[in-house]
Amino acid sequence: MSTQDEDAKRLTGELEKTPADHPEQAGEVERQAPDGDPIPDPGLHDPGPRLTEIDTRAAKRAERQVAGMFTLASVFIVASIVAYVIFGIDGGEEGVDIGDVQVSNFALGITLGMAMLLIGVGAVQWARALMTSPEFAEKRKPLRSSDDVRESALASFDTGAAETGFGRRKMIRNSLLGALALLPLPAIVLLRDLGPTPGNAKEHTVWAEGVRLLTDVTFEPIRAADLEIGQLVNVMPATYEELPDHGPERINERAKSPVMLIRMLPEEINAAAGRENWHVDGIVAYSKICTHVGCPISLYERTTHHMLCPCHQSTFDLANNGEVIFGPATRALPQLPIAVDSEGFLVAQSDFTEPVGPSYWEREA
Amino acid sequence: MTTTTTPPETAREAPPETRASDNAVVKGAGRVVDFVDQRITASNWLKRNIRKVFPDHWSFLLGEIALFSLILIILSGVFLTLWFKPSMAHITYEGAYIPLRGVGLSEAYASTLELSFEVRGGLLMRQVHHWATLVFIAAMSAHMLRIFFTGAFRKPRELNWLVGLSLLVLGITNGFTGYSLPDDLLSGTGLRIIEGGMLAIPVVGTYLSFFIFGGEYPGDDIISRLYPIHILLVPGLILALVALHLMLLWYQKHTQYPGAGKSDRNVVGYPFFPVYVAKAGGFQFIVWGFIFLMAATIQINPVWFWGPYDPSQVTAGTQPDWYVGFLDGALRVMPAWGIDILGHELALSVLIPAVILPGLILTPLALYPWIEQKVTGDTREHHVLDRPRNMPVRTGLGVGFIVFYILLWIAGGNDFFATILEIPVNWISRFLQFSIILGPPLAFWVTKRICLGLQRRDREKVLHGRESGIIVVSPDGEFSERHQPLEHGDAYALTAHDRIEPIEPGPATDASGVPNPAYKKERRRARLSRFYFGDVIQKPTREEMEQAHHNGHGELESGAHEEHPGDQVTTR
Repeated sequence: MSTQDEDAKRLTGELEKTPADHPEQAGEVERQAPDGDPIPDPGLHDPGPRLTEIDTRAAKRAERQVAGMFTLASVFIVASIVAYVIFGIDGGEEGVDIGDVQVSNFALGITLGMAMLLIGVGAVQWARALMTSPEFAEKRKPLRSSDDVRESALASFDTGAAETGFGRRKMIRNSLLGALALLPLPAIVLLRDLGPTPGNAKEHTVWAEGVRLLTDVTFEPIRAADLEIGQLVNVMPATYEELPDHGPERINERAKSPVMLIRMLPEEINAAAGRENWHVDGIVAYSKICTHVGCPISLYERTTHHMLCPCHQSTFDLANNGEVIFGPATRALPQLPIAVDSEGFLVAQSDFTEPVGPSYWEREA
Repeated sequence: MTTTTTPPETAREAPPETRASDNAVVKGAGRVVDFVDQRITASNWLKRNIRKVFPDHWSFLLGEIALFSLILIILSGVFLTLWFKPSMAHITYEGAYIPLRGVGLSEAYASTLELSFEVRGGLLMRQVHHWATLVFIAAMSAHMLRIFFTGAFRKPRELNWLVGLSLLVLGITNGFTGYSLPDDLLSGTGLRIIEGGMLAIPVVGTYLSFFIFGGEYPGDDIISRLYPIHILLVPGLILALVALHLMLLWYQKHTQYPGAGKSDRNVVGYPFFPVYVAKAGGFQFIVWGFIFLMAATIQINPVWFWGPYDPSQVTAGTQPDWYVGFLDGALRVMPAWGIDILGHELALSVLIPAVILPGLILTPLALYPWIEQKVTGDTREHHVLDRPRNMPVRTGLGVGFIVFYILLWIAGGNDFFATILEIPVNWISRFLQFSIILGPPLAFWVTKRICLGLQRRDREKVLHGRESGIIVVSPDGEFSERHQPLEHGDAYALTAHDRIEPIEPGPATDASGVPNPAYKKERRRARLSRFYFGDVIQKPTREEMEQAHHNGHGELESGAHEEHPGDQVTTR
């Protein structure tokens, strides 16, 4: 009963709360509970000495632990050098063996990782178990300067500003501000040659009237009869093959000109007005570059004629002029009008009739 | 100086046999200090700082993880630069990786293969660099959440909040530029999506893309342009801001959690030297060790497997680095909105997630310290952290944001979830479109209720002690549970926070009927204040404490009045 009373008193702050046995902390308990705060600050709690401070055997044990970890770290460091030497990855003429690389990677990583881990855990254990530093409180000073310091700082600034006459000499001030305002302009102008202006580059590809459709990678021309119903073939224009390996043109066309050729039953195609003769016996050609943000589209579902972009799942209906049926794309896939040339190979009737790839400001909506 | 302001050097001295002064190392250090001191008065600074107090808490380690992984990123990155060639020049591969021999690809990609297959430890360093980056950004994000939920951003730390937010943005930026450098299929696809985002910017978008890529996408300039940004510009900014971040932290002293002996006017903890030199120094090696073990055992970005970048190819089911996932998710679930402005095309379905959304996230985040200050009208310095439950609205807003972010992140992996859940990806996208709108407010509401519940429990504990599980029968047959009083320090920690009550607006007109010109502003502020603090459960007052004790056990169980939080303020 009496302890309960004492607890109650303690909680309401009636009991003295100074930890008399810890004089260095006594000064910290000057804080009174503000008005209305139910519990006064009891002051810093001293957990007492560490086990290692009163038990020399515990101290020895901790010392052995820490030193053991540091020593083991040295062993791992040496082991990492050994691993570097003995686990070679040079396969000579045969080329590299991925297995060798993985073994080298594993051996180096484990030894170095363990070495660092042991150094780290050893240091932390040293601090926790053996360092005798007590927990203590440090006073904070208010971060705001005192009023007279602030005033004198401000006065110094005023003096300096008055000495320049910055406020008075308006001509100097304004001309300086004007010059400084102009200075960033050359920085922007100097960046002008980073690239050409767009012009109408985005409106054209190397597709043109009579350009043959070549299978991608092998660059073979294609006859209508080569395609079965439901089949998809990735094609590039014959003009692409002639572009040089070096320089940006080839890879830039690679980002614009890829086309997917799909064969379906002619009666399945629901061609928009003006597009009735863009296909050859049910073979349709669509840009492979998604109109959302430009990923190459690749997932075709042959029963529905739906084409899905793997990046953001825009889905286009290739039987219905490439209209968007799901996902974030806002425009249909551009269709390439195709025909058959005198030798029976598939050719383009013209370039794309609209820019391929993502939407952009200058594009006509 | 008094005993309260100096660290108690004498409080528990080291045993005499290990006294510092005769130790050779200490003598050597003394000579160094002497040399420096005679030139820049170093002792003065050392005296004040070497025993600087830092509080201890596991959550304070999150920022340290970020710092140490950053150092490792820089060290491993320097190693990588010794072999990497930032060039898109087209070459025919003749290196050690047989499947690609004879294939035309860029020097950047070839040198990445060389690093992986012809340099011992090169693959390890590539994986260390990549893993350390993922850890760096994750640690910064977790650190920022800790700062947010504990109110550590409050005065005087608003500036450091901004510095930290800038570091997060720079970290993500640099992570992305690094992802783009190896010129493998994934990195190119990432750049393609960025370019698509650029094109959606009205008026200047196309020009921006042409200037950055040196012409049409992808050109052969982008890698040599990203390289100095990745290894010089952004890392330089990051290092400068980290230095500022740490200097502010050092100068303003660390925050601390509420507890016995801790107040806004002190900082309680252990001395920097030796405890934190050992603990933080050791922790650096622990972080590095873990990252090395990850790099040794978990493969990341096997660029040889993806192949060189080809704009006409893509692999399904691949994911960007985790920190870009939310943006990719936003691109995926955005409805297909586009508008026509005077014959120009504006792809809102790209512009909103890629450009507007990051701004919508970053602006309120950057301004939050000032927003909250506006609501509370509180201009005091705060060094004791809030327990998240004591700021239910702030905590609710934070959790709402987390839910928003996670839903976008799930959207970024919608194809992955479709595969493992075996449901159409379209359903997942549709579901996410709704839940991204409805989820965050719901999370806000639930979190706030949980916080209020926890506050109520704290109040109960302070008033009546904790439940002991012991049932007592009184002589007249009444059953009651005995409550055990809290430890004094625990009770103090539960009541150390401010008692914040909603602001009331002044009267609309003064006594003589003249309208108060500021009334509308005051009413707006009062409304905000009520939103933040209207239903906060207040800690008990001193009188309530006394009452609870006088009333004894009978009162303990009839705590019905606790159901009406409004009562508690009036009892004061």
